Amino acid sequence: MIQVISLLVENKPGALMRITGLLSARGYNIESLTVARTLDPTLSRMTIVVDVDPALRSQVVKQMNKLINVLQASDLTESPAVLREMVLLRVRSSIETRTAILKEAEIFHARVVDSSVEGFALEATGDPEKLNEFIDVMRAYGDIEVTRSGLVAASLEQKKLRLSPPVPTSKAEAAAVGANLGDKQ
Amino acid sequence: MCRTAPRPGCLLRKEELFEMSNLISGARMLLECLAREGVDCFFGYPGGVTLPLYDCVFDHPIRHVLVRHEENAAFAASGYARSTGRVGVCCATSGPGATNLVTGLVDAMMDSIPVVAITGQVHSKLIGSDAFQEADTFGISRSCTKHNFLVKNIADLPQVVHEAFYIASTGRPGPVLIDLPKDVLQAQSHYAPVGAIHLPGYKVYTEGHTGQIRRAAQMIWDAQRPLVYAGGGIIAAGASAELRQLVEITGAPVVCTLMGLGGFPGSHPNFISMPGMHGSYAANMALTNCDLLIAVGVRFDDRVTGRLSAFAPHARVIHIDIDPAEIGKNRVPDLPIVGDARRVLARINSVLNDLAPRSAGLHAGARSAWWDEIRGWKKQHPLEPARSETEIKPQHLMAEIDRLTNGRAIVATDVGQHQMWAAQFIRFDSPRLFLTSGGLGSMGFGMPAAIGAQFAHPDSLVVAIVGDGGFQMSIPELATIANNRLPLKVIICNNGYLGMVRQWQELFYNNRVCAVELSTFPNIEKLAGAYGIAGRDVNRVSELRPALEAAFASPEPQVLNVQVSSFENVFPMVPAGAAISEMVLGPPQPVAVPAAK
Repeated sequence: MIQVISLLVENKPGALMRITGLLSARGYNIESLTVARTLDPTLSRMTIVVDVDPALRSQVVKQMNKLINVLQASDLTESPAVLREMVLLRVRSSIETRTAILKEAEIFHARVVDSSVEGFALEATGDPEKLNEFIDVMRAYGDIEVTRSGLVAASLEQKKLRLSPPVPTSKAEAAAVGANLGDKQ
Repeated sequence: MCRTAPRPGCLLRKEELFEMSNLISGARMLLECLAREGVDCFFGYPGGVTLPLYDCVFDHPIRHVLVRHEENAAFAASGYARSTGRVGVCCATSGPGATNLVTGLVDAMMDSIPVVAITGQVHSKLIGSDAFQEADTFGISRSCTKHNFLVKNIADLPQVVHEAFYIASTGRPGPVLIDLPKDVLQAQSHYAPVGAIHLPGYKVYTEGHTGQIRRAAQMIWDAQRPLVYAGGGIIAAGASAELRQLVEITGAPVVCTLMGLGGFPGSHPNFISMPGMHGSYAANMALTNCDLLIAVGVRFDDRVTGRLSAFAPHARVIHIDIDPAEIGKNRVPDLPIVGDARRVLARINSVLNDLAPRSAGLHAGARSAWWDEIRGWKKQHPLEPARSETEIKPQHLMAEIDRLTNGRAIVATDVGQHQMWAAQFIRFDSPRLFLTSGGLGSMGFGMPAAIGAQFAHPDSLVVAIVGDGGFQMSIPELATIANNRLPLKVIICNNGYLGMVRQWQELFYNNRVCAVELSTFPNIEKLAGAYGIAGRDVNRVSELRPALEAAFASPEPQVLNVQVSSFENVFPMVPAGAAISEMVLGPPQPVAVPAAK
């Protein structure tokens, strides 16, 4: 089953490797992954789509949350969220079908980004199912080449971001010592 | 040697700290940070890129212990950490040094042991150029650590070191690796003490949810056949006293996993024994028949649960763990509590006490019947060490070690049959005494782990029980023992086979015994003698006790090669994929026992 996870990640070296490594180590398949900086340049927003057994869905998010560079991992599969993807599609067509293609593109709110005698390059955004339909339709008009962006998602619910406060080093040292003293009953 | 405060002379003097013209190297800065974390010794093996570090180790009060293989540095750090609860530190050079650490790191990861590994890396300008002794340590160690760092700038070094110790030792503990390019070790900078650690994404839940804690206490009083299933989390959290208190308030029986042995006193009347694949009949039957499972600091590992669907099938489950990802990973609990075992148990105990006047006597009859049942199982198939007049049974060896150590010695084991016999027949009355590679099951763990423990506890009796297979993986460390005159006792449980593998070949591969015979074993007197250590063969039953007594009484290192019966196997045994109630109880006529319910 497809699961959509939205991650807020510290922009640190190796952060992406940790996330993809965790997914592959636990045997989850990545369907798509997008990353870009947020307004705060030290943070990135990632949207990952994984194919996972429904019973393991919460496990995936919990494992993500354990990563030290991950500030927040949330499962958007069933919560209110906008899911969008972009597709760049080149279709080769004969002169006769050009008008029909433009008509079809209009139905899907696709824009023409390049036009030549061989055909068009079209750009469309939408939810993934709609894009699937768009691609299917275009296939009927001739050879196509497709590049998809992968899913980006935004939650429609306010998600409270819980961050750990700084720990004074002396306290950090004390915590480590305290754990030890606990044994000496 | 077991201290947490920095040694005198370890730290930079005040005037050194504030003297602006006083530049120190990255290597010196690293040692400064280690000293501030209370590190008194670390285990390592030098190499090209760690030369700047060893140049500072030369006249630094922190003790460096030279092992004979980097894997053993990681195991020794783990033994140090397991026996003290403090962070164990190991160090290796780039490339092969770092890759040799990998097994030890995964081992610490699987058993949640706080270890900080420091590795050298090639000059940062050479990273990615396939330079001499370059390996992608940062990438390789990603999956074998809780977190890892590659330091590219000396200014980040103190922060990173303190973060590493903080991550390793808090929450669910685990290994952390710091990769240090040679130029960072060589660079000169001012040392600025680190005021705070800021890891906004690192969440540690300790207290437990108040409502859940109240519900847990109520469930415990409401249960007729409660059972405590305690694991390594009890030891990691230092929750032994709280667990004992819970058991004494409620009278519940306790089973401890391999990692949890010692977390609850082995001689306590409420202790049943270890459950699982080689657990006792009584422990597995108690798990199968309980109506409430109080699971604390455990991860429902397959070696404990057997076939998951038949594990504690009648029980409601309270699962207390500090790692939210463990909740519901293998068994979905009826009541999850995320928190530190010590804090959560203390809070449950106080609610239990509050509720006691109303609830304590509620199911007195059912609970005493439950205990009768458990005593019946214990009597029906007790865990009795096999004995023989003509040859030393390995179980007998463990029983003798148990008699002589009386639940108080630090015992490290390797992996295999001897490990299971040690777990079955040696009692541990306090935590941090039984050091064993539980999750990863790495052979060659016992001796280096015992070395690490002996450095932390120079005056304690530390015994390494190893098989003849595992021993041959750690022979080089005899040099470390001899070098440091560690009073370590190495007991080789020698049956001439890789016994556990052979046991599986006998039982499940039609007795096609292959590649498990260790027919060449060195003469132990000569081998140990070559290192200047007393080595002795023990072949006869009558020799066993005096030999062990003499070895344990000696202030010197001792290696005993105990010839045990070759074909003894570990029972009870739950075949892979079977329910834990379907135990094979003994060798001649395997008897499957149906669940009594």
